[in-house]
Amino acid sequence: MSDISPARAFRPAATEAPWARITLTLAVVAILAVLLFAPLVTVFYEALREGVGASLATLANPESQSAIWLTLFVAAFAVPLNAVFGVAAAWLITKYSFRGKAVLITLIDIPFSVSPVVAGLCIVLTFGANSWVGSWLVAQGLPVVFAVPGIVMASMFVTFPFVARELIPVMVEQGRAAEEAALTLGASGWRVFFTVTLPNIRWALLYGVLLCNARAMGEFGAVAVVSGKIRGLTATMPITIEMLYNEYSSVAAFTLAAVLALLALVTLALKSLLEWRYADQLAATHRH
Amino acid sequence: MQIEIDEISKEFGTTAALTPVSLSIPSGALVALLGPSGSGKTTLLRILGGLEFPTAGRVLFDGADATALTVQERRAGFVFQSYALFAHMTVFENIAYGLRARPRATRPPAAEIARRVTKLLDLIQLPDIGARYPNQLSGGQRQRVALARALAIEPRMLLLDEPFGALDARVRKDLRQGLRDIHDTTGLTTIFVTHDQDEAMELADLVVVMSMGRIEQVGRPQDIRARPASAFVRDFISA
Repeated sequence: MSDISPARAFRPAATEAPWARITLTLAVVAILAVLLFAPLVTVFYEALREGVGASLATLANPESQSAIWLTLFVAAFAVPLNAVFGVAAAWLITKYSFRGKAVLITLIDIPFSVSPVVAGLCIVLTFGANSWVGSWLVAQGLPVVFAVPGIVMASMFVTFPFVARELIPVMVEQGRAAEEAALTLGASGWRVFFTVTLPNIRWALLYGVLLCNARAMGEFGAVAVVSGKIRGLTATMPITIEMLYNEYSSVAAFTLAAVLALLALVTLALKSLLEWRYADQLAATHRH
Repeated sequence: MQIEIDEISKEFGTTAALTPVSLSIPSGALVALLGPSGSGKTTLLRILGGLEFPTAGRVLFDGADATALTVQERRAGFVFQSYALFAHMTVFENIAYGLRARPRATRPPAAEIARRVTKLLDLIQLPDIGARYPNQLSGGQRQRVALARALAIEPRMLLLDEPFGALDARVRKDLRQGLRDIHDTTGLTTIFVTHDQDEAMELADLVVVMSMGRIEQVGRPQDIRARPASAFVRDFISA
């Protein structure tokens, strides 16, 4: 744009002076390097400090294996459920007007404003052995607290807003006209949802699900309270990392941390891949 | 199809969008609902299409009570103000949508659907755009695709909400004639909403002037011009 030499002296009104652009760019790069890139590199560096063999050995031990599987299991439960709840909540909020809508929106945001530790405590108090619900559940052989169901609940609580929050602005912007058009053409409610609503929100939904997934796998505070941190049983990856680190098993801690970071990077890569693969479709359907 | 609107009223919360209105629309007519914004004309159109339900009153199609019919059962070809085309589908898929949404027993085979879509594309004089996406079309082309999509379901009536509102003046003139032609070819009872008195007077057989949820006057364009029933009608049509 700026390489047309005769016009060089006149830069567009919205373009900053070169020194300003360079300074801003450097500032952003420096912040990214210090806050994001350096810690990530450090995690992998520390994990591999005693060689690949030593790292892999820590991954082979049953505690790490159990932590990895538990984390994946919890995400596999919490993410699809929250995707369904998130779509339902966003649908309700954007397509209908009803009494108490503002309250519902506030409720969805609670996990963003409440500390995860408090959320964990609430689950312990409600479903713990001291409450009648909890003692009944234990009697049925279905303990929630200090067991996997509690961890799933805590993860779901913490990640509840992600999908709904991504979808609401998109669905508000799109309005109801396309769905109404489909209805007048004779389509049933479910058909409208699958052929019109879902295709229109799929990118926002994908993004919400990825954020939800990253947070579900990484959640520490709420899970720490409800899980009881029982090694090999209720210790997820973040919990195990903390315990290992506190015991000065730094290679093991950082190796597990590297695996967790890799899982996050894989989700990001997956998202980029999908965006690249469907770039044509995105360009064709946006901005309409 | 003959349409009878019998003492229809509609309230949104505490505000009345339609105070009881009654109207008789003869079969095959081309009718304009004319009025300023907030006059209740779009609400009335949406009630006919089954997108809103009246607080009180009845709608009769060919003498049969249609008030409780669902939007799908009405079989009204509806053209929305901003056309509401499905952005992720091609023009062909947009037009085929209503046929493909039919239950298996009444759904035409794929070849028949393709034949009908092709025929509709010819009718709107855009035979070559089936493979394009809506955002690759001009405003006028989108309007005609929306019209073809509504006609594909073999509707019992055609309802259009400000069909020319989003178009520039020259295209608007062309498409007026287009709508008149399609109405004359199909013979469908056609009702369109507009705030443009020129459009209503030039295009419609019957003009319904509305204001503040009431019908001010119903008549042929020349009669309304010659004998406005109220000061409001006189001011509105001379504006």
